[in-house]
Amino acid sequence: MDYFAQQLINGLVLGSIYGLIAIGYTMVYGIVGMINFAHGDIFMIGGFIALITFLILVSMGLSAVPLILLIVLLVSMAVTAVYGWVVERVAYRPLRHSFRLAPLLSAIGMSFVLSNFSQVTQGAQVKPIPPLITGGHTLHDSGNFAVQLSNIQIVVVVTTIVLLAIFSYMVSRTRFGRDMRACEQDQTMAALLGVDVDRTISMTFVIGAALAAVAGMMYLLYYGLVDFFMGFVAGIKAFTAAVLGGIGSLPGAMLGGLAIGLIETFWSAYFSVEYKDVAAFSILIVVLIFMPTGLLGRPEVEKV
Amino acid sequence: MSQPLLAICGLRAAYGKIEALKGVDLVIRPGEIVTLIGANGAGKSTLMMTIFGRPRAKAGSIAFDGRDITGMATHEIARLRIAQSPEGRRIFPRMSVAENLQMGADATDSVGSDRAASLDRVLTLFPRLKERMNQRGGTLSGGEQQMLAIGRALMGRPRLLMLDEPSLGLAPLIARQIFDAIRKLNREDGLTVLVVEQNANHALRLAHRGYVMVNGLITLSGTGAELLAQPEIRAAYLEGGRQT
Repeated sequence: MDYFAQQLINGLVLGSIYGLIAIGYTMVYGIVGMINFAHGDIFMIGGFIALITFLILVSMGLSAVPLILLIVLLVSMAVTAVYGWVVERVAYRPLRHSFRLAPLLSAIGMSFVLSNFSQVTQGAQVKPIPPLITGGHTLHDSGNFAVQLSNIQIVVVVTTIVLLAIFSYMVSRTRFGRDMRACEQDQTMAALLGVDVDRTISMTFVIGAALAAVAGMMYLLYYGLVDFFMGFVAGIKAFTAAVLGGIGSLPGAMLGGLAIGLIETFWSAYFSVEYKDVAAFSILIVVLIFMPTGLLGRPEVEKV
Repeated sequence: MSQPLLAICGLRAAYGKIEALKGVDLVIRPGEIVTLIGANGAGKSTLMMTIFGRPRAKAGSIAFDGRDITGMATHEIARLRIAQSPEGRRIFPRMSVAENLQMGADATDSVGSDRAASLDRVLTLFPRLKERMNQRGGTLSGGEQQMLAIGRALMGRPRLLMLDEPSLGLAPLIARQIFDAIRKLNREDGLTVLVVEQNANHALRLAHRGYVMVNGLITLSGTGAELLAQPEIRAAYLEGGRQT
């Protein structure tokens, strides 16, 4: 039971990171109907920006950890958001009225551009940082196994919950959120009601990138390293999470992220680490056979 | 004769190579109800959409209240307080009725007190919407969707309201309610209205003036009564094509 509880904690932490990335995939799919394959690399960029900001702050002699974390969070969100905006502007907007596969190909190209850009400018080796957030709590100790909740795990989960609360408030209650949902449902009608569709799409990319940056920073803190290639696997996992949850559905993306995180963690703990990806993708396949639109997705056909 | 609110001059527009508008002239003065009638595919809906820049005009000009809006972006035109209940109503299906109405108010950045007053007006005209406020737009009946589409357009306090086939597919009783509401808005609020209709009989009785469109061109125009008396109109749109 203790072992199970420990895996549950680990799985939720991993799932939070996947979920934050998955939201970016699902938002963009919802509004422009394309898979932004460069989104995993945006997550990687977020990790690097967090690392660079951290190093700059430390070299400036800053030592208060909460302050450092806050600044790193804000800077990486802001800078990565600019990356998201530029990617949309350069690689997707000119192709919006082109044939369906064009933005997809452009996205794959953009993914290579971003990862190679990091490799060239930052080097190919893994970049480690010393653990910033240490310590933890022992929740339960049965003598031969202790359930640990580390502080960094608390930070990851709490940050995710806070950001998701802000994000869902924004989508469901603010004018921008309404505009975004309007563009998702009917772009022409949104424009007839004074919504600047191009700007709304840009903002969607910006917000998706900012959330991916948070995931990148959490990854850096949790695993203590970043590298130029980390966006690929994490991106594929988060994309899987978005599809599992029902692409286009925001709660679905988070649910899918948690599901993938838990499946991976439990499989690694009880069966074999080597096959954790196989397990995650197998469950995706099984779910899609019985629920083709994912866990919370809606069918394409609807009453008009 | 007062300055026109909307003046369209020699307007041409096309979808790809197919020319849908071939030089349309049309004028709407403040406080008028103007109707545009014509067969399916004559270009009536295209004209409405071209006023909003979708598709863009290929030639000719559109002026709203003396200002040239021919090349403006769709969302900027909407912010001038021109509102449309478009073909197919285009209710946001996964938004509540209240949110759909809010979208209409957002269109012109109206302030809180204006919003409350507009909402009040819309719910007086269409009390049915009041019971449906928290329901999703996609679950409404056709008549309710039409009421919502008009209500949403009204929320932005439009200076010009354009309605595309507001009675299409509705039961005669509901259609009558919609026409009554349009008449009321015009008489009591002085609202200027352009209404496209296939139901020429209703439309011409409602409107002060009418235009007849055939194949992308205006072929006839006159007061509602004049057009109703025209033998060609009776033959083409009333006796043969009576809809309700």
